[in-house]
Amino acid sequence: MTTQRDRSRIQEALTVGRSRHAAEAPRRPLGLAPTGLLILGAIYCLLPVSWVLVSATKSPGELFTLSTFQPGTGLFSNLESLNAYRGGVFWLWMLNTLIYAGGGALLSTLVSAVSGFALAKYRFPGRNLIFNILIGGILVPAVVLAIPQYLLFSKLGLADTYWAVLLPQILHPYSIYLARIYAAAAIPDSLLEAGRIDGATEFRLLRRVALPLMIPGMVTIFLFQFVAIWNNFLLPFIMLGDDHKFPLTVGLYTLLAAGANQPSLYNLIITGALLSIIPLIALFLTMQRYWRTDLSSGAVK
Amino acid sequence: MPSKRGAAPYVFLAPAVTLFTLFLAVPIGYTVYLSLRRTKVKGLGLGKGAKTEIFVGWDNLKTAVTDPELWHGWERVVGYGALVLVVMLGFALLFALLLDSAHVRLSRFSRISIFLPYAVPGVVASLLWGFLYLPGMTPIGGIDFLSPTAVTYSMANIAVWGGTGFNMLVLYTNLRAIPQEYYEAARMDGAGELEIAFRIKIPILTPAIILTTVFSIIATIQVFTEPTTLRPFSNTISSTWSPLMKVYRDAFVTGDLYSAAATSLVIAAISLVLSFGFLRVVRGRAFGES
Repeated sequence: MTTQRDRSRIQEALTVGRSRHAAEAPRRPLGLAPTGLLILGAIYCLLPVSWVLVSATKSPGELFTLSTFQPGTGLFSNLESLNAYRGGVFWLWMLNTLIYAGGGALLSTLVSAVSGFALAKYRFPGRNLIFNILIGGILVPAVVLAIPQYLLFSKLGLADTYWAVLLPQILHPYSIYLARIYAAAAIPDSLLEAGRIDGATEFRLLRRVALPLMIPGMVTIFLFQFVAIWNNFLLPFIMLGDDHKFPLTVGLYTLLAAGANQPSLYNLIITGALLSIIPLIALFLTMQRYWRTDLSSGAVK
Repeated sequence: MPSKRGAAPYVFLAPAVTLFTLFLAVPIGYTVYLSLRRTKVKGLGLGKGAKTEIFVGWDNLKTAVTDPELWHGWERVVGYGALVLVVMLGFALLFALLLDSAHVRLSRFSRISIFLPYAVPGVVASLLWGFLYLPGMTPIGGIDFLSPTAVTYSMANIAVWGGTGFNMLVLYTNLRAIPQEYYEAARMDGAGELEIAFRIKIPILTPAIILTTVFSIIATIQVFTEPTTLRPFSNTISSTWSPLMKVYRDAFVTGDLYSAAATSLVIAAISLVLSFGFLRVVRGRAFGES
């Protein structure tokens, strides 16, 4: 096991972010070209987001008359018409997305953490086999799963229900892989042994020792899984027919498919698009220190 | 050293193994099963028992492999995918290296901005760019972004926009884990930043670059969201633009599940061959010397 190395790497990754720049005392001269290139990249990435922010303020008339980045006066009327659209179904889509992403990510994180702990801290016959089979799932393209999943769910009478979108997204092989690395690094064997000497059951060790120590890693897994489910389109698109169960992605798509030929619906689509990205961008900016992909850096090699 | 603890690890792994069986193994098996079958219509196809499912062996797969519509889809997706992989991963690597170099100002702002599209769902990204491409609304006049020749590039742009930041972050965090002493030693020997990037950083990053490439290959081959969302904006995108769109059409519009199953197996096989082929090629090159 490379426990020690992984642990020090995670420790390091947690601290370098802040301290490294400060530690580099003799600051080298400013590189104009590198800074300029990065800023160009940033502008390119911000362009569509700022476009939607400005466009959502334009009234239907202004959308085609005002120049692209000139704010309009229609934000509140746009919000009102979105609110009125099919009895406020947009807010239902928002709520559904929260249920799918929140519930799915929570269950996914728990399953991944418990599996990762078992794979990292126990030796038992079949351990490598189980790990390899689970990890092999990373390479299975979603396309071979979506149709049979739909058919199997409809056989059980579960197609077009919340379960059809929630259940298939709980297992996430890459999260199990991350959880295993994190568990190996974050849980000292000595602590488990001490617990066993005190007579704790394995289940109690899991709940009282392992999971609390794994929380930082679990937050990261939760966030990545939350975004993945929030952004998913194919699975709910295939599984759901009733627009009261749609997540935002499918809802906005149907709105677009209905409104592409009706410029009168453009404002609804644009305002809906803006509202749909606000929660994730907020989550993203507030939880910044947890957006780390370095849980994995120990095992890429 | 971890030790044997009876049934506990099996109990802990039970949920994952159960989910794996139900939502991965069984569906894969079912796809294979469907791909080997077809409905046969007796007589006029009316009444109960007039339609029966029969075993047809490799027929569906043969049809799927030789279907010209699917091959046109592959041509489009391979062109699109090559463009996305090179540009997206090239920029991800460039930005990660720039962020890691000591010369850069405003790096925090740039890092967050470039990672921001990761928080935008593919549907919304395609929708935003779709409006920006739309002749009546685009800020860039004189180009028809949705013309048959331009649409592949326009679609690739959406994928590059959405994926560069995430890949950049993966590479950047890997760069951050490289001990500073390596650079100090190189600088003592008179190496410049460029030389450090090419001689130290990129070689150490190679495994992470390989990993992000394999994941990107799997994702690009299955492109579905972007062309599907752009379709309402333009009639240059057919309902079988990408192989996965054809699977969707066969299964849910035409109702031919058997062809859809066979086609999805072909996509999966090509995806696996490309991923493993890529791994083999680069393994030989990247790890041959170590």
